[in-house]
Amino acid sequence: MTPQENDTWLYEISSEKKAFDLNLKEVWRYRDLLILFVKRDITTVYKQTILGPLWYFIQPLFTSVIFTLVFNNLGSISTGSTPPFLFNLAGITAWNYFTACFTGTSNTFRSNAGIFGKVYFPRVIMPMSVTISNLMKFGIQLLIFIIFYCYYLLQGFQLSPNLHLLLFPVYIVMMALLGLGLGMTISSMTTKYRDLNVLVGFAVSLLMYVSAVPYPLSEARKKLPDYAADLVAYNPLTQIIEGFRYMLLDTGSFSWIGFLYVLSISILLFLIGLVIFNRTEKSFIDTV
Amino acid sequence: MKNIILKAENISKQYRLGQVGTGTIRHDFNRFWHKVRGKEDPYLKVGAVNDRSSQAKEEYVWALRDINFEVQEGEVLGIIGKNGAGKSTLLKILSRVTSPSTGVIKTKGRIASLLEVGTGFHPELTGLENIFLNGAILGMNRSEITDKLEEIVEFSGCKMYINTPVKRYSSGMRVRLAFAVAAYLEPDILVIDEVLAVGDAEFQKKAIGKMQDISKGDGRTVLFVSHNMAAVKSLCSRAIVLENGITIYEGVTEEAVDFYLKSSSNSKLQNTYYFDQDLFKGKNVVLKKIFIYKECNDNIENISREDSVLFEIQVEKRYSEKIGLALRFKDDNGNYLFVTNNEDLEDGGITGNIIYCMKIPPFFFNEGTFLIDIIVHQHRKLIIEENDVASFIVTREKLALGDWMGKSKGALKPKFKWQIIKC
Repeated sequence: MTPQENDTWLYEISSEKKAFDLNLKEVWRYRDLLILFVKRDITTVYKQTILGPLWYFIQPLFTSVIFTLVFNNLGSISTGSTPPFLFNLAGITAWNYFTACFTGTSNTFRSNAGIFGKVYFPRVIMPMSVTISNLMKFGIQLLIFIIFYCYYLLQGFQLSPNLHLLLFPVYIVMMALLGLGLGMTISSMTTKYRDLNVLVGFAVSLLMYVSAVPYPLSEARKKLPDYAADLVAYNPLTQIIEGFRYMLLDTGSFSWIGFLYVLSISILLFLIGLVIFNRTEKSFIDTV
Repeated sequence: MKNIILKAENISKQYRLGQVGTGTIRHDFNRFWHKVRGKEDPYLKVGAVNDRSSQAKEEYVWALRDINFEVQEGEVLGIIGKNGAGKSTLLKILSRVTSPSTGVIKTKGRIASLLEVGTGFHPELTGLENIFLNGAILGMNRSEITDKLEEIVEFSGCKMYINTPVKRYSSGMRVRLAFAVAAYLEPDILVIDEVLAVGDAEFQKKAIGKMQDISKGDGRTVLFVSHNMAAVKSLCSRAIVLENGITIYEGVTEEAVDFYLKSSSNSKLQNTYYFDQDLFKGKNVVLKKIFIYKECNDNIENISREDSVLFEIQVEKRYSEKIGLALRFKDDNGNYLFVTNNEDLEDGGITGNIIYCMKIPPFFFNEGTFLIDIIVHQHRKLIIEENDVASFIVTREKLALGDWMGKSKGALKPKFKWQIIKC
């Protein structure tokens, strides 16, 4: 073999780990797999159930009802001119998408060890498919929100979505990036030491209370001690939830600085997650 | 000159022994600290040889050590070795499931691996949906699968159930479906781990036939790992033999298989075997040793086809009833040839140390290597079964000038009486 021929190797398998070895070309080659995984996730969840995809509706509805009863009626948290039920439904719909992305990707390596141990495909496909299939679920849940939205409009409530609605897709992307970034990081870090898995279980439900889901940020500013209110305010998720309600219900606050802050944080977390994930995928199977 | 499509250079793989726990994190920090200072991983310098039976003294083990080989385009390379020799680790590295600790594998083609059939099958999805999913996992794209869909369904023989969820399938059907998908995979390089050892006889035949088509007909490059020496011999052109993570032989398949069989068992090519006396604790029959020799000579070295072969089994018989003693003969691929037993022998009433002797007349075996298992029955109940206790080689008879010099097929080549009957 002549030295010139050496250049024609298609790829190499070695122990070296490059920080940014994303290999997008390969991900593209496996796009059909991505689609099939998404399809599998969607079609298999509610197989052999009678209500089927209706279950997607039931969870946010019940949660909103409970939240309204507990926080707004019992705890008398004010949501301004917005009906509390709709307020909660908006927050929960958005929150659900983030948590679904986060918890769904945070055990990528462990729950797929069986497949990953037998065959190679770009591992990023897995978390990507989780994010996309949850997007479908999010779409369905958004549909309910719209139904109730129309209902309240007909009831004569003043709900005016504003021009910021154009940012809606950006918000979805930000949530997906945040969920993915955190999820991929956790999933990579738990291949060897599983301590973090224990944390994820309860952290998610606690995180909701720090993310202004069942209450508006203005109420937190009013009633909470300063350090706690700051904690809520600087939480990127709060910004997302608030922004969400702002563009849909015209309640709460929006600032471009806050928007840029969340955007940069989600991109940063996503990139960190991706790098860690790529470093782990090469030989995690030995330690999982 | 043929094109080298895959090249492995100094592939090593190290594993940590024992469990992952608080002790591991110390090593991780140390490794990290060395890396920060730009030094080599300290734990790659240590590590024991992968010898499963010896007590581990070190915390790391080398599952593979400095493996080098090249594969040419269109070649079928066999990888053979005992359990735990490192075959599967090598396959895992080749299929990018895990990365090597050191070394590089360079390839010019896409590698698809079949370390298992039916990876990613989802029980809730139908057969058809699973064909697409499994195909995509193995690296096929949608249009490729659609093109071959009919053939795949045909080959699997599950046409009737194709729209039924896979969880309702019998395990055999699942395997058939999975193999059918895999069989229509068309990568540049195919890596296969013993997936042939599944399904019923009819399907195995079909599967091996398909494998032969893939490797011979289509000129695909294949790396094939198996314990089935007959399959390796019929499929591969070249083979490497692994032992304790090291390549101990590389060459033409026939020679590599011979080398492996000779090295794989300590008892191989031993005309004398002393039984482990612990096996016979509390039993009425104690086998002491077995001894093979040719008539008039204790020399095992060259038993020719012209010689009678004698088998002596020394037994301590502690009770007077008959014991059933059988010798089972195998060829060097481990295929069973025949069994012979002492059913016509009257040994009732005899106790103490005795020798059972059996003679096989000349011109019975073909030339080759033979192994024997020993089986002992008592009141029709199996009490001892020891495999590969001894072996011997039979060489060809002296040939006269002008005789055919080739080796005829088959393990046996007995001389029977031929005659002419006029009618």
